[in-house]
Amino acid sequence: MRTYDVAGQNNDKTILTIRRVFCYVVLILLTVISLFPFLILLINSSRSHVEIQQGFSMIPGTQFLENFKNAIFGKTYNGTRLQWNVFGGMLNSFIVAGFATLLSVYFSAFTAYGIHVYDFKLKNVAFTFILVIMMVPSQVSALGFVNLVSKMGLKDSLIPLILPTIAAPATFYFMKQYMESSLPIEIVEAARIDGCNEFRTFNSIIVPILKPAFAVQAIFTFVTNWNNYFIPSLIISKDEKKTLPILIAQLRSADFTKFDMGQLYFTIMIAIVPVVIVYLCLSKFIIRGVTLGSVKG
Amino acid sequence: MAAPLSRRKSISYSKWGYFFIAPFFIIYAIFSLIPLIDTFKNSFFEYYYSQLKWTGPNFVGFDNYKMVLSGDLMKYFGNTFIIWIIGFIPQIVVSLALASWFTDLRLKLKATGFFKVVIYLPNVIMAAAISMLFYSIFSEYAIGPINSILLNAGAITEPYKFFSYTTSTRLIIAGINFLMWYGNTTIMLMAAIMGVDTSLYESAQIDGANPTQTFWKITIPLIRPILLYVLVTSLIGGIQMFDIPSVITNAKGAPNRTTMTVVMYLNNYLTTGKNYGMAGAVSVILFIVAAVLSLLVFYLMRDKDAPKKKLKKKKGANLL
Repeated sequence: MRTYDVAGQNNDKTILTIRRVFCYVVLILLTVISLFPFLILLINSSRSHVEIQQGFSMIPGTQFLENFKNAIFGKTYNGTRLQWNVFGGMLNSFIVAGFATLLSVYFSAFTAYGIHVYDFKLKNVAFTFILVIMMVPSQVSALGFVNLVSKMGLKDSLIPLILPTIAAPATFYFMKQYMESSLPIEIVEAARIDGCNEFRTFNSIIVPILKPAFAVQAIFTFVTNWNNYFIPSLIISKDEKKTLPILIAQLRSADFTKFDMGQLYFTIMIAIVPVVIVYLCLSKFIIRGVTLGSVKG
Repeated sequence: MAAPLSRRKSISYSKWGYFFIAPFFIIYAIFSLIPLIDTFKNSFFEYYYSQLKWTGPNFVGFDNYKMVLSGDLMKYFGNTFIIWIIGFIPQIVVSLALASWFTDLRLKLKATGFFKVVIYLPNVIMAAAISMLFYSIFSEYAIGPINSILLNAGAITEPYKFFSYTTSTRLIIAGINFLMWYGNTTIMLMAAIMGVDTSLYESAQIDGANPTQTFWKITIPLIRPILLYVLVTSLIGGIQMFDIPSVITNAKGAPNRTTMTVVMYLNNYLTTGKNYGMAGAVSVILFIVAAVLSLLVFYLMRDKDAPKKKLKKKKGANLL
């Protein structure tokens, strides 16, 4: 009996070890697949056009600064000057994503607070309405949106990319869920007894309590707006107002036979790096945020 | 005396609710609702730009719909669906495997935090930039890295034109979709599996169930509502597919419009071949498809709270 038990355990252990090895192999493989494109990007953005043309190699080149300079200031290659307003694009993207994040996060909490704390006639109607519009893709109203923006004279302006983020149903929904789990109504009542008016209560008492939810949603909203391509490409046509995704998409229509590939890879990297840095610093919050959102939403 | 006083107070407070929800609804009405209505309105008008002048708007009833539906729209829905499913199948398989490994009590994998960070990474990166990167990596011009590697390995003798063939172009687009979304799906499914009562797994282990049995008999049935949710939300995201195929094919859906998605088609009517009537009709059809799928999500979400009832009696669970 005893030998049988031990043998069984050993057998179990072997199977477990085999499974573990198999899992690690798959995970490492996926890691390689996920990171390899970015590794190529990193290597090629440090190599010169000639080096890139000679074939791929895992050894980084020495043209990193040169490519950086070309990506920002442009380069004449085969008689064609290739220059994109990369620096301006980055600035525009920062303006859009930054303000969109501030407005979206603040007003989503603002709206969620209104529905969470107060009992008014249209409360349930308003809540259901927001849930319904959450699933409407932004593309279906794109035509009307472009018409509206041109009527307002706001084409080639960043305002129509920023202002609409005040109405962000998904962010609202997250905030509402968060308030249900961690905003006791007694806090609001205590503030009322102390003579605080409702608007001030929200700003000075509620906002600090919501900080963790703000952090999670701020990351997501920033990333979404930084990466947003469809609507901005319909609104913006002037070079000095273009955001990074529009500039990156434009690289595609450039003639690859007249192109410094080092400059190209570096330009792509400029679009990716800020978000990757933010992500690596805050990955804990991001993954927790996705988990929270999926359990509740 | 106290009761009416407090009631009056609560009434005066409740008005604040409107103050707090006002900004959201005002902005939504201006920037989304009016455009949506305008889009619907446009779908019934002939209104296009051709030969340097605008024609219309003239009311034409359902003509635009007839034209759109008898044209290539169905083909583009087909393209969108095919590209979506090529990416989704490996995505759900890999995500299910990873989610069950990460949550396995006996496996106790190390460095799961690291792997989660890595697999989620592509999801935060700009789709336009990833697409441009993949275009460069697979390009035949200036011999892209993949062609270079294949040439060096002797697998091919001249650069393979990945973007000249339907299958390879679709596979690359679907591959980018997979890469960007499998991490997200893994984390969602992990949350679902962690919500399953651990005592079920413990008793299964005591009863001598092997990991395969546990997976198919416990995990899958219990996370089925969330699996369906993932499927439908991914499909809703799928029909909106635009950034990746648009950048990869330079908005042309090459080769021969076999990678043209519905939103790319809509975008063409909004930009190069300005035809607001047709754009309106495509938008409304897209809206209807998204609405039907969303109703499905609402149905799934409502039942999520009563999984046991659902298992016992599929229909009529709400009547119980």
